[in-house]
Amino acid sequence: MAIEKTRARHESLGLGEQDLLKLYRHMLVARRVDERSWILNRQGKAAFVISCQGQEAAQIGAAYNLRPGYDYLYPYYRDSGMTLLLGQTPRDQFLSILGKGEDPNSGGRQMPGHFSSRELNIVTASAPVGVQYPQATGTALAFKMRGEDGVVMASGGEASTSGGDWHEAMNFAGIHDLPVIFLIENNVYAISVPSKLQVAGSIAKRAEGYGFPGVEVDGNDVLAVYEAARDAVGRARRGDGPTLIEAKTYRITAHSSDDDDRRYREREEIEEWRLKDPIIRFEKYLFDNGLLDEEGKEAMDREIKAEVAEASEYAENAPFADPEDVLTGVYAEA
Amino acid sequence: MAEKNLLQAIHDGLAEEMRADETVMVLGEDVGRAGGVFRVTQGLHEEFGPSRVLDTPLAESLIVGSAIGLSVNGMRPVAEIQFADFILPAFDQILNEAAKFYYRSNGVWTVPLTIRAPYGAVHGGALYHSQSIEAWFCNTPGLKVVAPTFPADAKAMLKSAIRDPNPVLFLEHKRTYRLIKEDVTDEGHEVMLDKARLHREGGDITVVSYGLMLYTALEVAGKLSDEHGIGAEVVEPRTLYPLDRETILNSVKKTGKLLVISEANITGSVSGEIVAIVSAEAFEWLDAPVMRLGAPDTPAAPFARSAMDAFVPSAEKIEAAMLELARY
Repeated sequence: MAIEKTRARHESLGLGEQDLLKLYRHMLVARRVDERSWILNRQGKAAFVISCQGQEAAQIGAAYNLRPGYDYLYPYYRDSGMTLLLGQTPRDQFLSILGKGEDPNSGGRQMPGHFSSRELNIVTASAPVGVQYPQATGTALAFKMRGEDGVVMASGGEASTSGGDWHEAMNFAGIHDLPVIFLIENNVYAISVPSKLQVAGSIAKRAEGYGFPGVEVDGNDVLAVYEAARDAVGRARRGDGPTLIEAKTYRITAHSSDDDDRRYREREEIEEWRLKDPIIRFEKYLFDNGLLDEEGKEAMDREIKAEVAEASEYAENAPFADPEDVLTGVYAEA
Repeated sequence: MAEKNLLQAIHDGLAEEMRADETVMVLGEDVGRAGGVFRVTQGLHEEFGPSRVLDTPLAESLIVGSAIGLSVNGMRPVAEIQFADFILPAFDQILNEAAKFYYRSNGVWTVPLTIRAPYGAVHGGALYHSQSIEAWFCNTPGLKVVAPTFPADAKAMLKSAIRDPNPVLFLEHKRTYRLIKEDVTDEGHEVMLDKARLHREGGDITVVSYGLMLYTALEVAGKLSDEHGIGAEVVEPRTLYPLDRETILNSVKKTGKLLVISEANITGSVSGEIVAIVSAEAFEWLDAPVMRLGAPDTPAAPFARSAMDAFVPSAEKIEAAMLELARY
């Protein structure tokens, strides 16, 4: 009896070597940019840092299904992995983190993590949690009204499902079968409050009550998130309506550079999750499937670190936002 | 040219904009088949269909939030809040979101959104169908707050609001909906959102007012002229934020006396801002202390007719205040 070789997971998903290396590369870019941001903070150059570390698989696996500049993204403040994948650059991130005038998100007006790009259809984000969901449904409704096949992805942490905006948006999306994907990156903590004090029951299962599918997925497995998001984006594009994805992941860093997480969680817990680091995990997959080796990995990392260092240096030398600008641009000209 | 009341004028403005621009749409509670609780959107559902005249769930944050999302994706939504009293769940979406999109994105994302909200005390409306909520919104850079009183202005300003690339809160005093009628042109009358209107010239006092109070003040001004020979100049801001300071200041510099009348609770009101501007910038022209007339600092208009009439400044109180100022 002939033994048939089992197809690798990525082959079943229709992903080729180039796709996998792109996914991996962007996860690593997001991580290296993030790490550099903390150094800039500790050097006193960056006033504030908020991290994506640990959530790269959830972000990049999901956003890989979007068409940049056509579909819309309503990100939340940790989604630098998503915005980097869609086309923002490490230089853009550092310009934002350092409050420089060239910051493409806001010209130095907003804190880091408040992403915006008109060209990439990344809708300007704010700090109040959950406000993006109703907005995302409206953007999806516009696509539907025009009969276009654009989709909208809106993301947030598990705490963003606690307020009314999320539920109002889920309800509205369900009523009108809107082409929207709710991506919840459940990273276990809302600053200090653990998900057991934040979330009753299951987030994913709530979708059923609103009349559309909700799936729970291992958020540290980039291929699993990719698959869930691919199905969700496909549904939305076909006009079959919304999907909720709950990606179970973990916030490796403190909430922000202003937070000391030793007040509320054990070091052992973080160490356990470090072993499940989505980047290490994907590396192993690539190694096991002969798509990457130690040498290739090191070469890629060297390249990324050089790119990150150059981007950081550029941003450090760029001029701060012009103080005169504070008075301009309040209203758009009619 | 035909005589229209405020309701009809707003309806016509909406319908004309929807005919001219297929990206214009309305959404809100009961705006569809029912045509709105005040009938402002009557007939639009039949003419433009259920997606451009969309009945939403009863969720104000969703109404405004989804309208923001529509506006960034090519639409020009007109969101209706059924009563201004119910706008608070949407406060975050209006102040933190719609009003700040443009500034916070450094001029990249515009929000061409109009939010209509009927406000003001009406008999039987009681605490939660009566409030004058304008002050809550009039310290929000990035937002325009307009409160036209007369039908022709309302129609023209609604059209300007819809075409404006910024979010506009469009307030309609519901007691004036059927009270005020005037000839309204079918097309052409244009009112920008940055100009006050001088209704009546006079040399003795300046009265600044809007909504039902303006209507009453104009009647009283006519009476004072006839009976006492007092010349009251009456200015309607029309846009409450940002204010047209120049028109107000020019009038006060002419008369030397200012009375601001509104139906809102007096403390922290738009009236307070107007007298502050005049006190600071026309102090040397003033011949009398600035005066304000408004609702007392009690929560809102009561249900009982007698009690509501005591809450809202009456024609008698307005006349007394104008006389007192003229005679100062």
